[in-house]
Amino acid sequence: MKTENLIRALAADQAGPKTPMTLALALCLLPGIILSILVYAIALGPRPHLMAMLPEPRILFKLIFPWVLLACALPTAQRLVRPGADLRACLIMFGVLALILAAAVVTKLLVVPEAHWHASLMGHYAAACVFFVPVLSFGPLVGALIVLKRGAPTNPTLAGAGAGLLAAAMGAAIYATHCPDDSPLFFATWYGLATIIVVMIGAIAGRRFLRW
Amino acid sequence: MRNERESEWESLLRASERRTKLRSAGARSAAPDADAEDIVQEILLAVHLKRRTWIETAPVAPWVFTIARHKVIDFLRRRGRRIHLPLEDFSESLAAETEEPSLIGADIDRHLDSLSAVQRKVVRSIAVAGASIAETAADLSMSPGAVRVALHRGLAALAAKFSRQG
Repeated sequence: MKTENLIRALAADQAGPKTPMTLALALCLLPGIILSILVYAIALGPRPHLMAMLPEPRILFKLIFPWVLLACALPTAQRLVRPGADLRACLIMFGVLALILAAAVVTKLLVVPEAHWHASLMGHYAAACVFFVPVLSFGPLVGALIVLKRGAPTNPTLAGAGAGLLAAAMGAAIYATHCPDDSPLFFATWYGLATIIVVMIGAIAGRRFLRW
Repeated sequence: MRNERESEWESLLRASERRTKLRSAGARSAAPDADAEDIVQEILLAVHLKRRTWIETAPVAPWVFTIARHKVIDFLRRRGRRIHLPLEDFSESLAAETEEPSLIGADIDRHLDSLSAVQRKVVRSIAVAGASIAETAADLSMSPGAVRVALHRGLAALAAKFSRQG
């Protein structure tokens, strides 16, 4: 077949998915989110007195930060699968987020006497955090990868990592309402570790499944 | 049965073809026995099948070039793997065998053979005979919807076949 003929066939083909990527992402993430919420409802549940403690800054920070991360990860994931998209704005956003997190950690270190740093860092349920955040991220990660497969990532590994970050933000947002450890030191370390795990799983999966 | 959208898309594909030819020529000099037309066709298929990743308000050139670059690199990587096989270690008979996969240099007819019978008939009818969707549907006694689906799946299968070769 000559290129001329191929072009004719391509021009005639107007089929294929027409749902915009944003809507598709929302629809495809939904089953994963529902799965995560079910796991949360069965195995975890919200911590006691959550509503009463809400005004405390450290709790607000822990609850809101994952949502902000999610708000940055969503447009980033969409850009990662769009050839020629400009990623600089995303990099700046994540830089600002890292600075905010670092500022919270430094504040905590200044406020808490050095003797309590270790207790503050280790909290009570570090292992549960590192286990459950990835578990709660699993469904959203699968959903995100399925949608991103429709895109055209010139770097499948990076796009998979973006999907991992998106999923980890969701897992962290859900788990934060259960987690009884509130220190920013704990948050940055163990949620951070959990996020890195999910991002790495996403990157490996992306490398495998997001090729085109 | 050509509508405005089809013609618009066709002119964009033609522009892409012209502008990616240069790049493919570059790829050919790096992999001399490769057929530049093969790369162009692979790029056009990718541009077409991934067209939803282009935002219509954004400039089209960076988008097309990024896809073209991705496909050329991908192509060279696949070729590279084959080129760097230590062929000289093998006997002459083996060396002769490795010449056979210059399939790469052929046109996509051989890929058409890998499609299902219906997809192949539909793609042939529209691409080679230049029939419209409606004419093809009448010809093959299918519904126009089924022809559209077969055409789309056939093209997607063709693209998948392309990126697996080598």
